[in-house]
Amino acid sequence: MTMRIFVPRDAGAVAVGADEVTLELGLAAGWRGVDIEIIRTGSRGLYWLEPMIEVATPGGRMAFGPVTEFDAASVLDAMISGGAHPLRLGVADELPWLKRQTRLTFARCGVVDPRSLADYRAHGGYKGLERALTLDSDGILADVTASGLRGRGGAGFPTGIKWKTVAQTSAERKYIVCNADEGDSGTFADRMIMEGDPFMVVEGMTIAAVAVGASKGYIYIRSEYPHAVEAMNAAISAARRAGYLGAGISGSNHDFDLEVRVGAGAYVCGEETSLLESLEGRRGIVRAKPPLPAHQGLFGKPTVINNVLSFAAIPFILAGGAKAYAEFGIGRSRGTMPIQLAGNVRHGGLFEIAFGVTLGELIDDIGGGTFTGRPVRAVQVGGPLGAYFPRELFDTPFDYEAFAARDGLIGHGGIVVFDDSVDMSRQARFAMEFCAVESCGKCTPCRIGSTRGVETIDKIRAGERVPENIAVVEDLCNTMKFGSLCALGGFTPYPVMSALKHFREDFGPPPNRLQAAE
Amino acid sequence: MTLTSEPWDATRGAEIIAERQHLEGATLVILHALQGAFGYVPEPAIPMIASILNLSRAEVHGVFTFYHDFRREPAGRHILKLCRAEACQAAGGDALAARAETKLGIAIGNTTADERVTLEPIYCLGLCATAPSAMLDGRVVGRLNEARIDALIAEAQR
Repeated sequence: MTMRIFVPRDAGAVAVGADEVTLELGLAAGWRGVDIEIIRTGSRGLYWLEPMIEVATPGGRMAFGPVTEFDAASVLDAMISGGAHPLRLGVADELPWLKRQTRLTFARCGVVDPRSLADYRAHGGYKGLERALTLDSDGILADVTASGLRGRGGAGFPTGIKWKTVAQTSAERKYIVCNADEGDSGTFADRMIMEGDPFMVVEGMTIAAVAVGASKGYIYIRSEYPHAVEAMNAAISAARRAGYLGAGISGSNHDFDLEVRVGAGAYVCGEETSLLESLEGRRGIVRAKPPLPAHQGLFGKPTVINNVLSFAAIPFILAGGAKAYAEFGIGRSRGTMPIQLAGNVRHGGLFEIAFGVTLGELIDDIGGGTFTGRPVRAVQVGGPLGAYFPRELFDTPFDYEAFAARDGLIGHGGIVVFDDSVDMSRQARFAMEFCAVESCGKCTPCRIGSTRGVETIDKIRAGERVPENIAVVEDLCNTMKFGSLCALGGFTPYPVMSALKHFREDFGPPPNRLQAAE
Repeated sequence: MTLTSEPWDATRGAEIIAERQHLEGATLVILHALQGAFGYVPEPAIPMIASILNLSRAEVHGVFTFYHDFRREPAGRHILKLCRAEACQAAGGDALAARAETKLGIAIGNTTADERVTLEPIYCLGLCATAPSAMLDGRVVGRLNEARIDALIAEAQR
């Protein structure tokens, strides 16, 4: 009987040797005369165990990891004999780190073959679209609204309201745009979904198109994600061949087609209006709102623009899951959030859980602290525009409002962990520098404020008139926060001000910082 | 994998542009395709794009210069991109970047004198749970340490 072995093709697994392991498994099987089939999947998101490979057994998929190319042959032997192996982890679905999660969006990621539409359908794929096609626009919108889903890109705007606005705006052409410009450091959930379960994104966008009456969609993927570009292109071609895209999708009277567009290394293009400019072939200069993209978006037409994870949540919701989805979470943050643990963390990866889990549980318990073994000093939540939180704030629950109340944001759900060797004035400087480099240049607070911010923090770090210069930085941050056109200039103050507020001892001449680090 | 690029040829450039001129908002797609073929966007291509898309040269130049990805001149034979963003900083990426600069004898953003290696920063490859990360000619590498970065550099120098 053919042995079925699953090896991730996720970029995170490939970066640590998954392709080499695949090659070695094939060679080792050849020498042993064993018949194997290697299925390349997405990642389950337990990155400290990648490459994590699995073999189908009557008791479930048995996982091994982290497997190097040098372990491949001995792991294969253990798979054949069913015997012990130091890298044997147990049945994948029973691993505590996976069992503790509530995987709604990531249910298939790491399980199915992302190149196989048949596999997607065998695991519940396209159930959402099937049901959506039996509903009218209002029916679909009612489900999306009832789920309580809020935009997962960071701003947390209710998805149902956004879609309804587009549905109610009449135009001869409307667009669906997927923001896959996942530029925040510490985030990779969009990448994982595109590489590991791309049909779900296609299905989510198709449902949006049916709901609002759009005929064309674009997925704008950053150029730093070549594997995701390849996976989405393959999925779109397969969906088109099967009649899920194109004229009369799934035998209905709706026409909808999709195209991947690749970014070109501009962080600001993750901002929705900048992304639309870029899609139109222009410089990624932010637009003033209003008009909202829902009224005048891509090429001036009504446009639904959502993050990958927002579209990815839709098929579950439309497949009869709206109420179930809304039952997860706390307050106005409903459903689950795919949280990404990154940086200096022992158990880094993707952890999808209902809103409400505390930062401390995520870092200490789920993340297992730092991989360097040193104490956690700071965590940055929400990417380069997110605040740095000290341990004193680890009781903050993962919830849009709770983070806002503590001058932070959950953004796209990325958490970067730093140990006690971090120099927080340097991190504050980096935030300003990053903003200066990536600013689109349209508004003055962002363009000039960030440059002055770098200079002023340099003075502080050199010990020059420290209290006065800290006051200047605070003043700059205030101007940027309230005077910038978009979140780049408007949110850069979060990391800077939080570093100043919680780690003031790092702001001063070098001797101070050296003492603080010891 | 070595990056293979064809030398600039105006007829070939015109073909690449013409194949994509019908697309909505084609400028970025065309710039990517030109760079894919020639390894950079040759200066003479800018007015050609402008003319076909009915844009001004200034507009196309503006788009070309806005995005970090597009090159005005060829890169080295190998391009080594090191992630400099926060997650990789937290995992010791800064020290490895400094090591790469010393080994190659160039600062990030430059090409070695023998034109073998271009060393560039990249802001997040989305490999933040296997940081620090790098990309060599499109191949991703994670969990970098001194030995692994040395091996990458040696490979790029070959």
